[in-house]
Amino acid sequence: MTHSLIERAAEGTPPGIAQKLRGLSDRSIAWIFVAPTIFLLLAVNIFPLIWTVYLSFTDYRVNRPNRDIEWVGLANYERILGDAGIWSTMQATAHFLLWTLVLQVLIGFTLAYLINKKFRGNDMWTTIIVLPMMLSPAVVGNFWTFLYQPQIGLFNYAVGFVTGKDPASFSMIGDVSLAPWAIIIADTWMWTPFVMLICLAGLRSIPDSIYEAAECDRASKWRQFWTITLPLVLPFLMLAILFRGIENFKMFDLVVQLTGGGPGNVTTLSSIDLKREAFEKWRTGYSSAYGVILFVTVFGLASIYVKALNKVKER
Amino acid sequence: MTKRHLVSVAASALIVGSFATSAAAEDLTLCWAAWDPANALIELSKDFEAQSGHKMKFEFVPWTSFADRMLNELNSKGQLCDLMIGDSQWIGGGAENGHYVKLNDFFDANGITMDDFIPATVTGYAEWPKGTPNYYALPAFGDVVGWTYRKDWFENPEIQAAFKEKHGRDLGVPATLEELRDIAQFFQGREIDGKTVYGAAIYTERGSEGITMGATNALYNYGFLYENPEKPYDLAGFVNSPEAAKGLELYKEIYDTATPPGASNWYMSENIDAYKSGQVAMQMNFAFIWPGVEADANVGGGKSGYFPNPAGPAGQFAQLGGQGISVVAYSTKQDAALDYIKWFAQPEVQSKWWALGGYSALKAVVEDPGFAASQPYAQTFLDSMAIVKDFWAEPAYADLLLAMQNRLHNYVVAGDGTAQEALDGLVEDWTEVFEDEGKL
Repeated sequence: MTHSLIERAAEGTPPGIAQKLRGLSDRSIAWIFVAPTIFLLLAVNIFPLIWTVYLSFTDYRVNRPNRDIEWVGLANYERILGDAGIWSTMQATAHFLLWTLVLQVLIGFTLAYLINKKFRGNDMWTTIIVLPMMLSPAVVGNFWTFLYQPQIGLFNYAVGFVTGKDPASFSMIGDVSLAPWAIIIADTWMWTPFVMLICLAGLRSIPDSIYEAAECDRASKWRQFWTITLPLVLPFLMLAILFRGIENFKMFDLVVQLTGGGPGNVTTLSSIDLKREAFEKWRTGYSSAYGVILFVTVFGLASIYVKALNKVKER
Repeated sequence: MTKRHLVSVAASALIVGSFATSAAAEDLTLCWAAWDPANALIELSKDFEAQSGHKMKFEFVPWTSFADRMLNELNSKGQLCDLMIGDSQWIGGGAENGHYVKLNDFFDANGITMDDFIPATVTGYAEWPKGTPNYYALPAFGDVVGWTYRKDWFENPEIQAAFKEKHGRDLGVPATLEELRDIAQFFQGREIDGKTVYGAAIYTERGSEGITMGATNALYNYGFLYENPEKPYDLAGFVNSPEAAKGLELYKEIYDTATPPGASNWYMSENIDAYKSGQVAMQMNFAFIWPGVEADANVGGGKSGYFPNPAGPAGQFAQLGGQGISVVAYSTKQDAALDYIKWFAQPEVQSKWWALGGYSALKAVVEDPGFAASQPYAQTFLDSMAIVKDFWAEPAYADLLLAMQNRLHNYVVAGDGTAQEALDGLVEDWTEVFEDEGKL
């Protein structure tokens, strides 16, 4: 007679424990299974969050262990919201966020649309296109600094070749007006494949029968695109925007490696500024308030967005 | 065996004996920045291992993340480092926050006196509060910002003639910062050996401390003071005097007109690369790079010369670099760590330190009659160490440094506002920091 693994495990369980387990409800057993996860979540997510909120109302500095911690109420929040420097980093973040999303969605969708067509070498091109997103952001930031070098950089050379401009006459990461675009270009190069993959999944989920029916109705390709392809891919596209939006809101490594937040402050994004406050100036209470403000902003925007996404899915 | 040999052997035996009895053999970890002198220290420390029986391990972190990494370690009371060669500006925080062990009693017990070290290094690396005999470090590595120049280009008759024609004076080591600017502008975009070269590589880095360590060399010499000498933390009129603003304008002028394209975020390594690859006629950099320049196939072997930061209208000063070695208060091997400091303070070890490429701060080494001629850059090092000034070493130094980085980069590189506005803004930032600290 053969026994299943579960049966053998049940036989091997000491009678006392088996007896006790038998007396538990399904709900209790479910709780036993999820309890470790809930405990971990509380320990590494919820507790630090509550602790951060508490610290945001104090003047605590982690590098001054001998100093008394004073309750300062909303002073940290008032100071942050009234700081012109922080608003300029918010602007820089918004500029980065907006343009990376626009470019990545446009290019990513276009690439997915092209890759979705059956052609020779399709798989090879897909592999080549997704390579950048497999690299470490620090590595990408580092080699883009070389690409942007006015004297030896390939990027400058290419621009010079196309426009006839002297490659050494402009500096992508040293010029106030070009540096914000330098980080957008590098991020777009790296993360467009991610958007492309999600769009590709969306495109491949559309049954051929819908297009065949449209063909029978003599719908043009243009019409098929606007009435079939785009509406059915839209939830996937919105999901890609959500992921990239959240990721780019907290963008740090690539930009630090590329520009260090400069020139001046033009590429100092909120996360870079927050890191400076928290781990260079060691203003823990102040940076906790800063972190809470950023968290509420992302959480609020993401919640609104997810509601919109659900509405699109329901259509 | 000669009498001299017998004495040496006896002395060695005594040293070995004293280390052997003072602490059990330990694995000690020394934390420092990842740079050329750190490699020299590994070599030097082999003698300590042989003599003491302790084993040395090293934790070296690149300069741009050195402060982040190590201050995190100290603030979290980490036990990674038994010995810390921390930056000079950390001494206030190290002392006040209890990160470093106070060394006065240890120095007294072992006959180590700070009178034996270059005074600027004692003030800069070891004392807190400044000017008081409270020591938290032993001066370990003297360093200062100075200049390296292409001697072969400066001595080229054609280039000399062209310079004389343009400026009406001989091309030579600049005596003032304005002369340095003229020379840098003269070389900017010039064709030498079929290559376009540029004037000077200066510090412009944004992320850590680069542009501050660079621009202060112009600011000091034009009259910038950190505070009222008569009234501590009184900043207005000293930090942002019109003369200081002129110094900052000059630094920006050099950046705008005499640096290579794309030099907007350059610090030590970028300047070294630009110089060694033959891109620039001069480079600003800390003295630690000079042994490497001398040994370089392209620019070493007599092709390069060295000079201290040139004077300005308010005098001649240079930015102090360098570090002291401290015992970390959270180490469980403090006795062994103190053994290392005792060993490191010995004159013969300091002499070997200099010979290996480490800049000793011991007077017995630098005042030795043969020192100035021992290396082509030795005299420049001595001259530079005599004119040093350092950044704030307050516990809040990081806040003060980041504010200065921000204001200077905004003006010099991003071209935002005027020099006077940048320094006025700096006064506001620093005042806020000192108010937060309860010092104003």
